[in-house]
Amino acid sequence: MPDTDDDTIEQLNQEAYKYGFTTAVDAVTLGRGLNEDVVRAISATRHEPEFLLQFRLRAYEIFLKMPEPDWAALNYPGIDYQDIQYYSAPKTAGERKEPTYDSLDEIDPEILRTFEKLGIPLEEQKALSGVAVDAVFDSVSVATTHQQKLFDAGVIFCSFSEALEQFPHLIERWLGSVVPTADNYFAALNSAVFSDGSFVYIPPHVRCPLELSTYFRINNTDSGQFERTLIIADVGSHVSYLEGCTAPQAKRTQLHAAVVELVALDDAEIKYSTVQNWYAGDKETGEGGVYNFVTKRGACRGKRSKISWTQVEAGSSITWKYPSCVLLGDDSVGEFYSVALTNGRMQADTGTKMIHIGKNTSSTIISKGISCDKSKNVYRGMVTIHPKAENARNYTVCDSMLVGKECSAHTYPYIDVRVNSAQLEHEATTSRMSEEQLLYLRSRGLEEEDAIAAVVNGYAKDVLEVLPLEFAAEAQKLLALKLEHSVG
Amino acid sequence: MLKIDNLHVALEDGTEILKGIDLEVGVGEVHAIMGPNGAGKSTLSKVLMGHEDYLVTAGSVLMDGEDTAEWAIEERAHKGIFVGFQYPIEVPGVNNADFLRLALNAKRKAGGEDELSKDEFAPILDAALKSAEAPGAWTDRDLNHGFSGGEKKRNEILQMFVLQPKLAVLDETDSGLDVDALRAVARGINSFRGAGRTVVLITHYQRLLDLVEPDKVHILADGKIVRSGDKSLASRLEAEGYDGVLAHG
Repeated sequence: MPDTDDDTIEQLNQEAYKYGFTTAVDAVTLGRGLNEDVVRAISATRHEPEFLLQFRLRAYEIFLKMPEPDWAALNYPGIDYQDIQYYSAPKTAGERKEPTYDSLDEIDPEILRTFEKLGIPLEEQKALSGVAVDAVFDSVSVATTHQQKLFDAGVIFCSFSEALEQFPHLIERWLGSVVPTADNYFAALNSAVFSDGSFVYIPPHVRCPLELSTYFRINNTDSGQFERTLIIADVGSHVSYLEGCTAPQAKRTQLHAAVVELVALDDAEIKYSTVQNWYAGDKETGEGGVYNFVTKRGACRGKRSKISWTQVEAGSSITWKYPSCVLLGDDSVGEFYSVALTNGRMQADTGTKMIHIGKNTSSTIISKGISCDKSKNVYRGMVTIHPKAENARNYTVCDSMLVGKECSAHTYPYIDVRVNSAQLEHEATTSRMSEEQLLYLRSRGLEEEDAIAAVVNGYAKDVLEVLPLEFAAEAQKLLALKLEHSVG
Repeated sequence: MLKIDNLHVALEDGTEILKGIDLEVGVGEVHAIMGPNGAGKSTLSKVLMGHEDYLVTAGSVLMDGEDTAEWAIEERAHKGIFVGFQYPIEVPGVNNADFLRLALNAKRKAGGEDELSKDEFAPILDAALKSAEAPGAWTDRDLNHGFSGGEKKRNEILQMFVLQPKLAVLDETDSGLDVDALRAVARGINSFRGAGRTVVLITHYQRLLDLVEPDKVHILADGKIVRSGDKSLASRLEAEGYDGVLAHG
């Protein structure tokens, strides 16, 4: 049983990965392994409607027929899918078996303390003002803050389980509409075994009064996390959403295979930001860490709709992630802003797809890679302009910064244009973190860490400045912290 | 103030660049160091800054009687040494004003003073802009990013006024400046000097020394100070060249 007294947590806080602690809570799990019975059991445990069980079973069938993709520039030992727990939910205080919480009193106080340690207090009086948080612990959402204020605005922001209970028609209508089950291997796996996640619906012409945020925490070191997020912005609405992620420091690798689907109708806007700091494995040996195989896609279905992805990827031993936009509506806009930092033995293969289908659609891609130590950092991006996407435009900037001599950076841009009126621009640079810059800043009195932070944050500025204000500072600190031991 | 005693400096590969420099600069004095290319002038400024690539193999540099040998680069800044670079470095994405406040706060923190908020820093920045005759718009730009060669040099002077060092070592700050910029820089140095600060000017040209009158002029050749004199030495150099002055003794 992991030790969670304050001293231990304090000690771990001193280490490079300060979120590496586990919390001792009783969990309901389904044991290791994957087969049809497990898929049925997940559905049954969660009292799901028939349509969802059928959705899962179809997905499982598809998953079995698909090969694991090997096109990414990633090197890792095969994943043993039979050695993973596909469901892990903390028991409620009242020893109830089904993992739903009607009030914070029912949550194991250890879990509340965990989130507080992570800087996410869930008690209403302590909750972050201006941000509503849905906290997901292993497979289950444990609490959502600021419910009343959102309810008053007509915004639905709740766990996937709750949405399934209260708004099954919305789930049935939109689930899988952006990322089809057969889209890819990991999306199929997720569709079969996903547990909880977040659900957001913004009614027509509503500007969501708060930043919405989901905080994912993998606690059970034997379990995978397979969450599902679905955000629907109805006509003329606006929402900004942020997800944060941490996991304990474990020698075993942990699989995270999430699916995020966004739908923006006419004139709607969704801004989706991620600060990902899963445990990245041992810096020297590469042992352990989270395998992050995530499918994120947004559909700009409506005219003049806009979807903007911003990501700060600073953790995970493996990152396989391409938040994309399908620009269906005329005049719709897709954006992708990314900072991906790899150090130790981390490998990241990340980027985006911008698929232009509607007329006058435009997209912007700003990618900033930073590789340190013996890590590998790949940008992979695809811009597709369909024959009907007249006057489509794309602007891509793709920069890589190398810190040290043993890391590598790679760029794979794919462009497929089927209409003459399209305009595309692509800029790419690769640079080394300049010793001269650090010396210069130090000569003006900045400590080395502050000089590194200034250079890196300056390099990543175009991305950091589009993050919601509350999280920009946190992201800056995170980058600086990760780099501290990799420079000099 | 600054006392350099028998300073020998070599690169990591063993190449000796400074071969026994002796130099003493009093508080509030302005000394000019001139010399042919490759004499070791820039090396001297790098050593004063604390650049780790330059190894002090013998001798010492004292500042107010304290040996600087163990001072790290940033520590030197905290203790009041400022080196204006010949080629100031561009740092994209780092706002000039934010950087200046960061640098001043680092110094204040090291000296046990409270760090300044943006509002508290604003009047200091305004005063520095005025002293350096720098356009206010520079505060919105990134640190040296996209600055012309001359603007970068003047941005160094701006930094000097914000940090208010005890000793400013200005390495060819005058090169690459047009006449107006040169005059502005000279006025800046004069006002800095007027406040009782110490300046070491490394320069190739007399034109700066016509505007900033040095207390002493030194000629650095082949890693040593071979001549010292008053400002007339600079005029002789202009007329006779290094070979001429050094040949006549």
